[in-house]
Amino acid sequence: MKYLDEYRNREIAAALTEQIGRAVTRPWVLMEVCGGQTHSIVRYGIDRMLPPAIELVHGPGCPVCVTSLEMIDRAHAIAQRPGVIFTSFGDMLRVPGSCGDLLTLKGRGADVRVVYSPLDAVRIARENPARKVVFFGIGFETTAPANAMALFQARKLGVKNFSMLVSHVLVPPSIAAILQAPGNRVQAFLGPGHVCAVMGYREYESLSAHYRVPIVITGFEPVDLLEGILMAVRQLEAGRAQVENQYVRAVTREGNCAARNLIFEVFEVGDRKWRGVGAIPKSGYRIAYEYRDHDAERLFEVDEIDTHEPPECISGLILRGLKKPCDCPAFGKRCTPQNPLGATMVSAEGACAAYYQYGRYLDTGNPGDRSAGAGAR
Amino acid sequence: MCLGIPGEILEVRDDNGVRVGKVRFAGITREVCLEYVPEAMPGEFVVVHVGFAISRIDAEEAARAYRLLEELGQTAELTADVPESDHDP
Ligand code: SF4
Repeated sequence: MKYLDEYRNREIAAALTEQIGRAVTRPWVLMEVCGGQTHSIVRYGIDRMLPPAIELVHGPGCPVCVTSLEMIDRAHAIAQRPGVIFTSFGDMLRVPGSCGDLLTLKGRGADVRVVYSPLDAVRIARENPARKVVFFGIGFETTAPANAMALFQARKLGVKNFSMLVSHVLVPPSIAAILQAPGNRVQAFLGPGHVCAVMGYREYESLSAHYRVPIVITGFEPVDLLEGILMAVRQLEAGRAQVENQYVRAVTREGNCAARNLIFEVFEVGDRKWRGVGAIPKSGYRIAYEYRDHDAERLFEVDEIDTHEPPECISGLILRGLKKPCDCPAFGKRCTPQNPLGATMVSAEGACAAYYQYGRYLDTGNPGDRSAGAGAR
Repeated sequence: MCLGIPGEILEVRDDNGVRVGKVRFAGITREVCLEYVPEAMPGEFVVVHVGFAISRIDAEEAARAYRLLEELGQTAELTADVPESDHDP
């Protein structure tokens, strides 16, 4: 059964690759936005199955990677306060701040706990009324429904000792920022399927029309990605720029309305700083005024933060699709998942981690590696 | 945390006015909030992001997607909060 399924998938993949080869007449640069898609592409070598004229660059879609250093340092400062239980998704534990990570702080006695869901943090707050429980609410639109519900519940049940340090980022403004940036090379996007399962894709329609750029909402399985690439290439070749939905089995134009409604009740859109990229206007959620009693940023005043980023890390260029991990001199040498210099190496969804995990550091310096010198094209 | 993980709903109940349920992911069963999929019933499959079901999915698709996520090492969040000694005996 499994064999048949895989055999069929391989046949479809080969057919799609062939169709892409037939459709393409000149070079195109495509960006996949979501970090999960990046992993799938590198894991299955999809970028290497494509005709050389098609280049895939990897986008900013890893929430752990783009959480600003200021925000991480702020989280660390709050976690060290007496009486605080600091809760977070497991992915954030090893992300380097200016001085160490959450795991180090835990080793030094801070009460840092990993939770599976933000509702678990609300439960911890109810069980520990004498403590202040803070949850580090990060993520793209995919985690926003969960974080919104935790805030909604905390307010409804009067859990006064629960607050959230919110650093939400949004995909559409980051696409706009990439397209506006000087030196942009991206000509079409594979849109993030799971983000759109929540949010729908209406917002992407205005982006596509305004910047005349094809956006194909795409899943993360190899066959999905190849089909998404084919749809994007066909648009580019025909001079079309539309939103198309490859991932129809999971995504509708409207998204999940119940989730969206609660997000807009609890959060409001605000400017947000992205690690490695800088400030992007209206690119994040912050806690709405009605929920201010649960806003950790307001409750815990943290002094001016002086941040330190390792100078050799080029993750900012990688997150904007201008460079690839192999272009970084530290990649696989001074920077590894065991000893990460930048967030793109820490997170399971980061591009540097994906390249490392699937052995791409072996290619560095290899003239056959298509990522080398890509910026010159 | 950005890719949802598919699982099967085993039971549904009401917890302080919130629709929750047990969802099974391969060998792991977790409590999941079902508030955003009000029509999903036991025996059905849902895509779960950090403890919240966001959409429904069919059984065959769920099995395939789960296997791929495992291959990609993207199912770690399911056990991230369990102390080392509690899983993988
Ligand atoms: S390999 Fe390490 S140092 Fe280089 S860009 Fe990636 S995270 Fe930064």
